[in-house]
Amino acid sequence: MKFYVPPQLKRLAIAFAVFIVLFLVLRKFLVPDSFGQYGHYRGDSLADNALPEIHYAGQQACLDCHQDIEDLKAKDVHARIHCETCHGPGQKHVLSGEASDILKPDSREFCGNCHGKNAAKKPGTIVQVQLSEHNTDKKCIECHNPHQPWEMKE
Amino acid sequence: MESSYPHLYEILSHIQGYIFPNEIDLQWGILIVVYPFITGLVAGAFILASLERVFKDKVLKPTYQIALLTALSFLLVATMPLISHLAQPQRAYEIMITPHSSSAMAIFGFVYLWYLMVVLLLEIWFDYRHSMVVWAEEKKGIMKWVYRILTLGLNDISPRTVSWDRKLGYIITVVGIPSAFILHGYVGFIFGSIKANPWWSTPLMPIIFLFSAMVSGIAMVMLIYMAVSYIRTRTLDVNVLDAIGKYLFFVLILDFTIEGLDQIHRIYVAEESFETIKLLVEGKLYLTLFISQGLIGTLIPLGVLAFLQFYKGKIKLRKTLYFITGIMVLIGVYSMRWNVVIGGQLFSKSFSGFTSFKVGLIGIDGTLMAIFWLLLPFGILTFLLWLLPPWKMVPEVEE
Amino acid sequence: MGNEGVKSSRRKFLKSAATASGAILGYSLLKSSQYLVYAAEPEDPNLPWYGIVIDVEKCIGCGACAKACKNENDVPVEPFFFRTWVEQYTVKNDGSVEIQSPNGGIDGFTQTVPDEEIFKSFFVPKMCNHCAKSPCVQVCPVGATYDSPEGIVLVDEKYCIGCRYCVQACPYGCRFIHPVKKVASKCTLCYHRIKKGLAPACMETCPTGARMYGNLRDKNSEIVKFLKEHTTQVLRPNLNTGAKLYYNALSSEVR
Ligand code: HEC
Ligand code: HEC
Ligand code: HEC
Ligand code: HEC
Repeated sequence: MKFYVPPQLKRLAIAFAVFIVLFLVLRKFLVPDSFGQYGHYRGDSLADNALPEIHYAGQQACLDCHQDIEDLKAKDVHARIHCETCHGPGQKHVLSGEASDILKPDSREFCGNCHGKNAAKKPGTIVQVQLSEHNTDKKCIECHNPHQPWEMKE
Repeated sequence: MESSYPHLYEILSHIQGYIFPNEIDLQWGILIVVYPFITGLVAGAFILASLERVFKDKVLKPTYQIALLTALSFLLVATMPLISHLAQPQRAYEIMITPHSSSAMAIFGFVYLWYLMVVLLLEIWFDYRHSMVVWAEEKKGIMKWVYRILTLGLNDISPRTVSWDRKLGYIITVVGIPSAFILHGYVGFIFGSIKANPWWSTPLMPIIFLFSAMVSGIAMVMLIYMAVSYIRTRTLDVNVLDAIGKYLFFVLILDFTIEGLDQIHRIYVAEESFETIKLLVEGKLYLTLFISQGLIGTLIPLGVLAFLQFYKGKIKLRKTLYFITGIMVLIGVYSMRWNVVIGGQLFSKSFSGFTSFKVGLIGIDGTLMAIFWLLLPFGILTFLLWLLPPWKMVPEVEE
Repeated sequence: MGNEGVKSSRRKFLKSAATASGAILGYSLLKSSQYLVYAAEPEDPNLPWYGIVIDVEKCIGCGACAKACKNENDVPVEPFFFRTWVEQYTVKNDGSVEIQSPNGGIDGFTQTVPDEEIFKSFFVPKMCNHCAKSPCVQVCPVGATYDSPEGIVLVDEKYCIGCRYCVQACPYGCRFIHPVKKVASKCTLCYHRIKKGLAPACMETCPTGARMYGNLRDKNSEIVKFLKEHTTQVLRPNLNTGAKLYYNALSSEVR
C-alpha cells in the first residue's frame, strides 16, 4: 500500500519549510552576539550599564585638596556627613579645581531640609529647630560654621 | 521646564490621595484598549464560523466565509496598536527572535503566529482553494496571476484532492477552536498574570476575556452580515439572525455570570486592595462599568435577546432589534476592555490614591489613531470580500 | 517483499520518532515550571550577591538621596520620574493615614498635620527592591531587563522595546519610561559606581547612614550583621517577589 499524501499538504509543507528556514536565517543575523552569554539577555549590556560617567566623586576624592576642611568637620557634629551631601556632585570640580563647578549652598532652607522641625523626624537622629523662630534675621552660616556647627562665628 | 510635560503637570493637580511618583502617567493608553478589543473580535468571529462547521449548524452557512474573512481582517491589524504603542517600535522584531520564555507577552507573539499561519490562513486556503483554481482559469491579466500565486501554483481539482480540502479544513477547524480559545485566553493572561495589580490579577481573567471576545465577535459578524446583505441588496435572512442571536444570547449569559462571579468573589474576600477598588468602581469607573458595560452592554441586550427568543413576529422589528443589540453589545465589550486596561492603571499600587486619565485626540496614543486601527480592518475586509467573494464560490458537491 | 521491508522500517522509524517526541514532551513538561517561575539564583560563588538595608528610624527626610540619584543618573528633574524617593507617612489620632512625597522629597518635607492630631509620623525611602524573583524581569518579553550575576536588576537600554509591561508588573512603582531615551528606566544600585568601588549616590549622600548595601553571601559583611541583629521586613511580602531590600522598623501602614 502506498502512503497517500494529498498534494495540498506537499505544497504547504514546502511553503512552511521556506518560511521557517527564512525565519531561522533572519534570526541568526538579528540576535546580538553576546545574547545568552550569562542568561536571557545581552551579555554586553552589563558593560554598558557600568559605562556611564560618575557625577559624585566620593568624599575620599575631596581630601586630596581639602584635608583642612575635613579636619574641621571630623571634630564636630557633621563628621558623618559627606562633602557632596551639601556641595552636590563634585566630579567635575575634582577634575577641574574650578570654584564654579561646585555648589556652595547658603540658604536657610538648605540647613532646614535637615534641621527643620517635623514630627516625622525621630528624636535622637537629628536636632531640630523651628526655622520660623530660630534667629530668623540671618542665614545659618553667618553664625554656624557649616563644617563645624558648634564653632560659632559670632 | 513646565512646558516639556504640560499634560503631566495638569494631572499632578488632579491626583487624589497618594500615588507613587512614577505612576502619574498611564503607561497603557487607548491603543491597549483597542488591542484586546480587536483580538477579541477575531476569536469570537472564528468561533462562530467553527460552530457552523463542527456542529453542522446549517442555518449559519451564509455567515461562514464572512466570519472567517472578518477574523482574518481583524487579526492582521491586531498587533498594530501594540506595536505602534511601543516606545521603540523599530525593535519590535526582538519579541520573535529572543522571546523570553517566562513572559506572557513574548509567548503571545507565537500564539498569534500559530493562529494566523496555521489556523486562519490554512482554513481559508482550504476553503477557497477549489474556487481560486477556477477563478485563475476564468480571469485574465494580473488577477489570473494573483489567484495562481494564492493557490501556491497547485491547480489540482480532481474530486479526490478537493475532498481532501474539506477533510483537512475540518481538521484545522477542530484544531482552530482550542487555538482561538488560547489566543484570546492568552490576551486575558497578559493582564491576569500581573500579580502587582489586584484589578487584573485573577485566574478568571483569561476566561472573562474569552467570553467577552465571543460576545463581541458574534455581534460583529452579525452586523457585518447585515451590512453585506444591505450593500449587495440581498434580502436579509432573519432565520440566520435568529440563529446568531441565540448563540449571542447564551454566550452573553455565560459572560455575565462569570464576570459576576469574579466581582462577587472580589467583594467577598475583600483583600487589602478592596477599599481602593471600591472607590475606583464607584468613582472613576462608574459610567463605563455600570452604565456602559453593565446596563447598555449586558442587561439591556440580555433582555432584548431573551424577548427575541420568543417573539417571532414582525421581521422588520426583529431585524432592527438585532441591529441595535449588536451595537450595544459591542459598546459594552469595548467598555469592558476600557475598564480593565485603563481602570487597572488609575489606582496607585500603594492602594492609597488615584491618578487621572484623559485621552488626547491626536498623537500616536490619541483617539484618532485608535479609530484608525479600528476602521482599518473594515477596509481590509472589503478588499478580501472583493478578492474572495463567498457568493461566487464554486458550490460544494454533496458526497 | 520489498514493500514489506519499507513498511517495517517505516514502522520502526515512526516508533522511534514517537518515543523521542514523547520523551521531549515529557521532559519539557517537567522542565516547564522552571520556565514559568522566574527566579534568579546566585550562581557564581566568587561574585557578591547584593542586598540593601534601609533603616526607617534613621531617615530624616532631607531628600539628599533622591536629589543625588537624579544628578548621578541623569534622571529628568520633573517630578514624575524617580529611581528613588522618600515618602512621609503621618498616622493621625483618628486612624487615617496621610502620605505625601512632594517632588519625591527632594525639596524636603513640611508637616501639614498639627502636632496634636498626630499619632505617629515617619519617613520611608523607596527604591528598587532588586528582587530575586522580580516580576519585572519575569514579564519582559525580549530579555531587555535581567538580574545581573550580582543580583542587581538592570535594563538594557539598547534592547528595550518600550512595551511598559515591566512598569505594570513592578508592585513598588519603581520603574518608569525615560521620556528622552524612550526605554524603561530604574535604579541600578549605581552599577557604574559600585563597579568602581564607590557607594551608590543615595548612600554616599545620606547624612545619617539610613541606607546600606552589601554582600548577602559574605556572612561577616556589615549588612548580614545588621540583618542578624535587627528585625527587618520586606515590602509586599505576600507577592513573593524575593525582594532584597530589607526595611528595619517598618510600620504596617507602608506599602
Ligand atoms: C584637585 C584639587 C581639588 C579637589 C580634589 C577638590 N577641590 Fe574643591 N577646590 C579646589 C580649589 C583649588 C578650590 C579653590 C578655587 C577657587 O577659589 O577659585 C576649591 C574650592 C572649593 C569650594 C569653594 C567654591 C567656592 O565657590 O568658593 C568648594 C565648596 C569645594 N572646593 C568643594 C570640594 C568638594 C566637595 C570636593 C570633593 C568632591 C573638592 N572640592 C575636591 C581644589 C580641589
Ligand atoms: C553640612 C553641609 C556641608 C558639608 C557636609 C560640607 N560643607 Fe563645605 N560648605 C558648606 C557651606 C554651607 C559652605 C558655604 C560657607 C560660606 O559660604 O561661608 C561651605 C563652604 C565650603 C568651602 C569654601 C571655603 C569655606 O570654607 O567657606 C569649601 C572649600 C568646602 N566647603 C569644602 C568642603 C569639603 C571638602 C567638605 C567635605 C570634607 C565639605 N565642605 C563638607 C556646607 C558643607
Ligand atoms: C544633610 C543634612 C544636614 C544638613 C544639610 C545640615 N545638617 Fe546640621 N546636622 C545634621 C546631622 C545628621 C546632625 C547630627 C549629627 C549627629 O548627631 O551625629 C547635625 C548636627 C548639627 C548641629 C548640632 C546639633 C546638636 O545639638 O548636636 C548643628 C548646630 C547643626 N547641625 C547646624 C547645621 C547648620 C547651620 C546647617 C546649614 C549650614 C546644617 N547643620 C546643615 C545634618 C545636617
Ligand atoms: C544669630 C546666630 C544664629 C543663626 C543665624 C542661627 N543660629 Fe543656630 N544657634 C545659635 C546659637 C547661639 C545656638 C545655641 C543656643 C540655642 O540653642 O539657641 C544655636 C543652636 C542651634 C542648634 C542646636 C539647637 C539645640 O537645641 O541644641 C541647631 C540645630 C541650630 N542652631 C541650627 C541652626 C539653623 C538650621 C540655622 C539656620 C536656619 C541657624 N541655626 C541659625 C545661633 C544661630
